[in-house]
Amino acid sequence: MAPLLQVDNLTIRFPRAEPVRDLSFDIGQGETLAIVGESGSGKSLTALALMQLLPRAAKVASGRIAFGGRDLLKLDAREMRHLRGRDIAMIFQEPMTSLNPVMTIGRQIAEVLKVHERLSGRAASERAVELLKLVRIPAPEKRVDDYPHQLSGGMRQRVMIAIAVACKPKLLIADEPTTALDVTIQAQVLDLLDTLRRELQMAVVLITHDLGVVAQWADKVVVMYAGRKVEQALPGDLFNNPLHPYTRGLLAASPRLKNDFHYRDGALSEIPGSIVSAAGEAGCPFRPRCAQARASCGHHVPQLTVPAPDRLVACPFTSPIKAVPHAAALSL
Amino acid sequence: MPALVRIGRTLRRTLLQAIPTVLGIVILNFFLLQLAPGDAADVMAGEAGSATEESMAALRSRFGLDNPVLVQLGHYLNNLAHFSLGFSPRYGMPVADLIAQRLPGTLTLMAVALLIAILLGVILGSLMATFAGRIPDRLLSIFSLLFYSIPSFWIGLMLIVFFSVKLGWLPSGGAATIGSRLTGWPALLDKARYMVLPATSLALFYVAIYARLTRASMLEVKNQDFVRTAYAKGLTPFGVTARHILRNALIPITTMAGMHIGGMLGGAVVVETVYSWPGLGRLAFEAVMGRDFTVLLGILLLSSLLVIIANAAVDLVHAWLDPRIGAR
Amino acid sequence: MSTTDIGTLRGVAAERQIAPIEAEPVAPSSPADPAWSNMKAPDARSQSSSAVAVTNGRRALKVFLSNPNALFGTGFLALVIIIAFIAPILYPDDPLSMVGRPFLWPGQNPDFPLGTDSLGRDVLAGILHGSRISLFVGLTATALGLTFGVLVGSVAGYFGGWIDDALVRLIEIFQTLPSFVLLVVLVAIAQPSATTVTLAIAVISWPTVARLTRAEFRAIREKDFVMAARSLGYGHMRIIFREILPNALPPIIVTSSVMVATAILMESALSFMGLGDPNVVSWGSMIGTGRELVRTAWYLTALPGLAIVFTVLALNLIGDGLNDALNPRFSQDR
Repeated sequence: MAPLLQVDNLTIRFPRAEPVRDLSFDIGQGETLAIVGESGSGKSLTALALMQLLPRAAKVASGRIAFGGRDLLKLDAREMRHLRGRDIAMIFQEPMTSLNPVMTIGRQIAEVLKVHERLSGRAASERAVELLKLVRIPAPEKRVDDYPHQLSGGMRQRVMIAIAVACKPKLLIADEPTTALDVTIQAQVLDLLDTLRRELQMAVVLITHDLGVVAQWADKVVVMYAGRKVEQALPGDLFNNPLHPYTRGLLAASPRLKNDFHYRDGALSEIPGSIVSAAGEAGCPFRPRCAQARASCGHHVPQLTVPAPDRLVACPFTSPIKAVPHAAALSL
Repeated sequence: MPALVRIGRTLRRTLLQAIPTVLGIVILNFFLLQLAPGDAADVMAGEAGSATEESMAALRSRFGLDNPVLVQLGHYLNNLAHFSLGFSPRYGMPVADLIAQRLPGTLTLMAVALLIAILLGVILGSLMATFAGRIPDRLLSIFSLLFYSIPSFWIGLMLIVFFSVKLGWLPSGGAATIGSRLTGWPALLDKARYMVLPATSLALFYVAIYARLTRASMLEVKNQDFVRTAYAKGLTPFGVTARHILRNALIPITTMAGMHIGGMLGGAVVVETVYSWPGLGRLAFEAVMGRDFTVLLGILLLSSLLVIIANAAVDLVHAWLDPRIGAR
Repeated sequence: MSTTDIGTLRGVAAERQIAPIEAEPVAPSSPADPAWSNMKAPDARSQSSSAVAVTNGRRALKVFLSNPNALFGTGFLALVIIIAFIAPILYPDDPLSMVGRPFLWPGQNPDFPLGTDSLGRDVLAGILHGSRISLFVGLTATALGLTFGVLVGSVAGYFGGWIDDALVRLIEIFQTLPSFVLLVVLVAIAQPSATTVTLAIAVISWPTVARLTRAEFRAIREKDFVMAARSLGYGHMRIIFREILPNALPPIIVTSSVMVATAILMESALSFMGLGDPNVVSWGSMIGTGRELVRTAWYLTALPGLAIVFTVLALNLIGDGLNDALNPRFSQDR
């Protein structure tokens, strides 16, 4: 069966930069795809490109975004509006600011129903209460008349989820949905997302920098660095056998993946440098920060290779399938 | 919280906060009156033509002008409590009555000007924000800056030259055709014809202010996350602007509208003198010419009260627009 | 006729906080946050207001110099200033004296390129001399208003507590009094002269500066570098003038150019109403005299008015340019 969403060779261009280059991935119905990378890796721009909501200065320079067999890049503004909020929905990183402060949450949920399902005002607000119940907000009949500032961050993110799933979309894009939340709330929100995914049979693109999130919730992982895909794997394979040096660095820098880690055991390793240093370099974008870099890394961008089934990696010097010491501690 | 509760709380808080301001203004007003050259006795003696030292002293004690300053302040406050602003010998009537007579003229002029300014300003500002950085925005920006730099009395005179003298379309002064026996719609139309030029002269400066403010405010709101959420819901650009951007952008605009009420009153003073418009401003001008300080300070006091009332009204609109206010 | 600077919306937002508004109970909000505090980056405000100040002076100058509008404004203002200086050399005679046949239209007689008024006074000489009083009143009143406003605002914003409460009340009173009406009253009581007009304009213009300065001080005094200065045991004066004030300057600088423009407008309106210095020719008084003859000799009103419009426009263009240069958050959308 054809995947629900297939992105081929997507390149996003600003007047003076190309923050996403030649990116391809696909996602099947009901699947969760995680896109992992640090800030600046282009993952959020990719999400906005899927929604066709890129900032004005940014353009999709080349590529194809096929959704249910249609190329989103070829749709006109009206056709795209009909998809947004109905077939493809999105949750943003900042629940604090992503809701309109002067509108009750009920009306903000009802709005999307009125636009796409032509519901009357009363029917829409009844559905809004049901949706609040669906996202596990207590006393939804009362909460529906609240303004965003009366809710906590976790509650607001639940409201955002309610808006996103109101029309039962086929694809939900969640851009760092839990980054701004307390750790205790994060798991609840992700759990809710996963439940809804199964109940509503949505596919989810989960964008995150948190490898812990990936381990638990994703069916498939894409690791991005400086706008390019550097590795793709099933989560189990990725954690047991990270191939790309960047992925290995990410795992080593991630305390929550080591259950028995204590700060006295030694410092967490960090990846030296920053993603900015990759801009404008020829060759492998990770080279300036890579411990294993060799002279040949500066010549050209490494091609993606297929070292094993369901795996892709963009580094020619990966040692084949070798266990990383701490990975054994992972509970998957 | 329901909007009414919010508005009620805001009203109470606003009124409480206004009390010390009103007191301060009243006391300042009293001392300014003390500073004014010549007192009521001088004025009355001047009107009478001649006066002796004795008769002046008698007048002074009759009006309590020989009392210590604090006692006089007490009298002044007591009079104010009875809505008395003093007596104007020149007009032969109480200042309060005089002001009450002229107040409606000024209020109408200001209301019409404010309406024009806000409507035009918000429309132009929205256009500028929509085309930010492009040709329409640049042109309108320069025009608004030009409006912002034109003295209202001068544009008033120029409008008279063009529309009354050269074209003969609109009357050059007054508030209605003298001696006309029009009633109903024709009378209203006649009044409207007299209103056009003064209201436009007064409004232009504020059109510029509100346009620039709307532009800045809408650009600010446009970049906020909830606008992106609105687009992600599949709303049309117009729907996003009307339902999400404008309402949020209006919040700072109402604040500024309130801050400019006082300025507009000042503008009305000048514009009314240009168009011989029978209002407070014209009265203030006559009072200055006649050195009638009781009237002048009465106008100052009353216009300050007007500003306070307008500010309270703006706070209420604000509370209605912004649910975060009064949430305590 | 308002002294409020319309360029700095941000300043206004902070000003309104005098009556503190509960914004976002959950979000980390400092008292100086704008009422609609849900902007993208919580620290955007502080960055634009303070960090830019001194360090980016060179960059700001570059932005200002690359703005054609601002350059035009600066050029025109320079021209007016030069005119103000050389007017007594070009026309050494009193511009209020009769020099020719009355009611000469512009261009009728080459000796009087802009014509003569009803008393045979040279209109060009009047306009050139009129720039002197406009600039004098505009600059002096602004300097006085700025000094007093910054003093009051910094004391209120820095010390807080009851001093702040009292000063805020005072500011509130002056901002409630309609400024032009108060101006008319003050000048009428004090008898019109260049000095009284200047002082009176200063009296009505300081509260805006005070509010702005207070808001900036309240935002900046919580910053780390001020804390550091305090922990080093620096005195209040040193912290106020050496640490905080330089960082609070950008919005104040922007406001000052608009204040000069407003002061010039105020002076012209006063003179127009007959409340200007009777011994000095001013653009406003020329319009006031020309007004009676507006039906026949409208050039007497139009010409000095254009002088006001262009001078004030030049100042406002400079103010806009300064705002763009010193306040990058707003200029990025242009």
